[in-house]
Amino acid sequence: MASVEIRDVRKAFGSTQVIHGVNIEIEDGEFVILVGPSGCGKSTLLRMIAGLENISGGEVRIGDRVVNDVPPKERDIAMVFQNYALYPHMTVADNMAFSMKLRNAPKPEIEQRVSKAAGILGLEKLLDRYPRQLSGGQRQRVAMGRAIVRDPQVFLFDEPLSNLDAKLRVQMRTEIKELHQRLKTTTVYVTHDQIEAMTMADKIVVMHDGIVEQMGAPLELYDRPANLFVAGFIGSPSMNFVKGKIRAGAQPSFEADTGGVYPLNTAPAGSDGMPVVYGIRPEHFQLADNGLSAEVVVVEPTGSETQVVAKIGTQELVCIFRERITAKPGETIRIAPDPNLVHVFDAQSGARIS
Amino acid sequence: MSDSVAGRVPAPAVRHPTWWDRLRINRNWLGFWFMAPAAAILILFLAFPLGKGVWLSFTDAKIGRAGSFIGLENYEWLGLPWWRDSDGVFWLSVFNTLVYTIVASIVKFAVGLYLAILLNQNLPFKAAIRSIVLIPFVVPTVLSAIAFWWIFDSQFSIISWSLRHLGIIDYNINFLGDPNNARASLIFANIWRGVPFIAITLLAGLQTVSPSLYEAATLDGASKWQNFRFVTFPLLTPIIAVVMTFSVLFTFTDFQLIWAMTRGGPVNSTHLMATLSYQRAILAGNLGEGAAIATAMVPFLLFAIMVSWFGLQSRKWQQGGEDS
Repeated sequence: MASVEIRDVRKAFGSTQVIHGVNIEIEDGEFVILVGPSGCGKSTLLRMIAGLENISGGEVRIGDRVVNDVPPKERDIAMVFQNYALYPHMTVADNMAFSMKLRNAPKPEIEQRVSKAAGILGLEKLLDRYPRQLSGGQRQRVAMGRAIVRDPQVFLFDEPLSNLDAKLRVQMRTEIKELHQRLKTTTVYVTHDQIEAMTMADKIVVMHDGIVEQMGAPLELYDRPANLFVAGFIGSPSMNFVKGKIRAGAQPSFEADTGGVYPLNTAPAGSDGMPVVYGIRPEHFQLADNGLSAEVVVVEPTGSETQVVAKIGTQELVCIFRERITAKPGETIRIAPDPNLVHVFDAQSGARIS
Repeated sequence: MSDSVAGRVPAPAVRHPTWWDRLRINRNWLGFWFMAPAAAILILFLAFPLGKGVWLSFTDAKIGRAGSFIGLENYEWLGLPWWRDSDGVFWLSVFNTLVYTIVASIVKFAVGLYLAILLNQNLPFKAAIRSIVLIPFVVPTVLSAIAFWWIFDSQFSIISWSLRHLGIIDYNINFLGDPNNARASLIFANIWRGVPFIAITLLAGLQTVSPSLYEAATLDGASKWQNFRFVTFPLLTPIIAVVMTFSVLFTFTDFQLIWAMTRGGPVNSTHLMATLSYQRAILAGNLGEGAAIATAMVPFLLFAIMVSWFGLQSRKWQQGGEDS
């Protein structure tokens, strides 16, 4: 096991720069998830750690060794690919043993390690099968088995769950997290799915357009997003954003351009009239008699909760309530954002204000 | 699963199909109907001529005479190689055909695979080079045969000319006049023609190999050679089996190239079974005898097909499951 350090790493394909100086420190045994929309450079960064892409600038360290010019096979890392990249002409056992066979490891050691990995992943009965004879989840497990057998310093996962159906994805999420808790190998995991990031990571790195927007523990990112991008990216359904101005004073408030006055706990000094974006998560609305009156647009009951799209002025807001809502579209309900859980961002820079 | 139907919506009664309905809409019969036109064409234009050819080999038909059934007499004339009175020219042609097919196929495979791997790299002008490789395949055989005829000409050969001017040889090489030179020249021409087909087909096969397999193998510690040995080659074997079957069949039955360049000479040293059969049947007029020679090719071809059939039978790893 080892720590991974990414220092001012840059990547350019020809004249297009796709990663503009990224700094990430990954501690020994940590589970770090790189998350961001497609094209943000997260996969490229992972492939640079693996050695599948050249590093155009900066430094990548695994342990205390700079690996910029170390060939992939000497970096002591194992990678799980999005399409699993299982060798179709090899059985499950051979797939897992391949790296050790290339190293001319003694046969008993190979067998012992393969059966141990198979035991961890519940693959004992599938060892003689070929990849084509496996289901998606089983293939996924074999791909992980191939990584486990190597007992590497670092696991790299490149969107490993994207090819699975929704139900299996949830199950494999748990399995990967369990696996990490058991093996405690440093893991870097790339995904575009923020729920995967939230549920599995020790630390989330949110990337966007080749830079790191914010880095931190999942709930830290959820509770205190550093800017509009992170606020909108983390959380599902995503945060509601309302444009408007701060009204400071004894009882500060927020006046939306689209109509309506929203509650605020505090306003920074001299912020009266300042143009801001008011952010409120769907689950931070409550039904309250003294709330803002809103017109119901759509009601979506899921059983455990009810999602309501409501309009204040011309602004549509997504709200989630634990209670069941019987209101019909067109009717008026009264909703109150929890002022303690409101986020305020600078309208110009998008940075967090309070 | 339980047989309980409680709570289900009952299905309406269904009319049972008659035998006529079955003939029209049963999947198996439907398959038969769709296949029938193709089968009819195959029987008319492939099976019938083949059967007719085999029948001819059992007769003493000549051009202009229908001939009558003479059993295996034509084959007895051909004899077996260790018989004292066997047909030496025929057995020479068998030998030539085997040498021609085996040598040309092996070289074509080696060069074709090498070219395919080369063309699969990121070369500059990749598209242009790929089309250039196809040229020998596109040129009509007779045209390229005539070109080679000139290249190998005893007086005007460009090869002899160049070597003479470089001072390497003193006399023109007798390419098509010496038995072994003639065989080598023909094999060379056949290779030149056959390589593109193999190279392009294998290239297509190479491109179906997912790049992430190479990345995975590289991370697993495989060198370039090990990548080829353990990933590329095993994944390419099914397509190699197909392409080499075709290559062997086409080479074995080659006619045009030989006929245009040497007509089987000198002293029958480049006669293949196909050219000899044509010479005996059409030029000499002994249809029965020619047909017997042509029919004698069938066991060899069947053998080649059997080899690839068993080699081709989809390997275990190709079976089962949906495509990934």
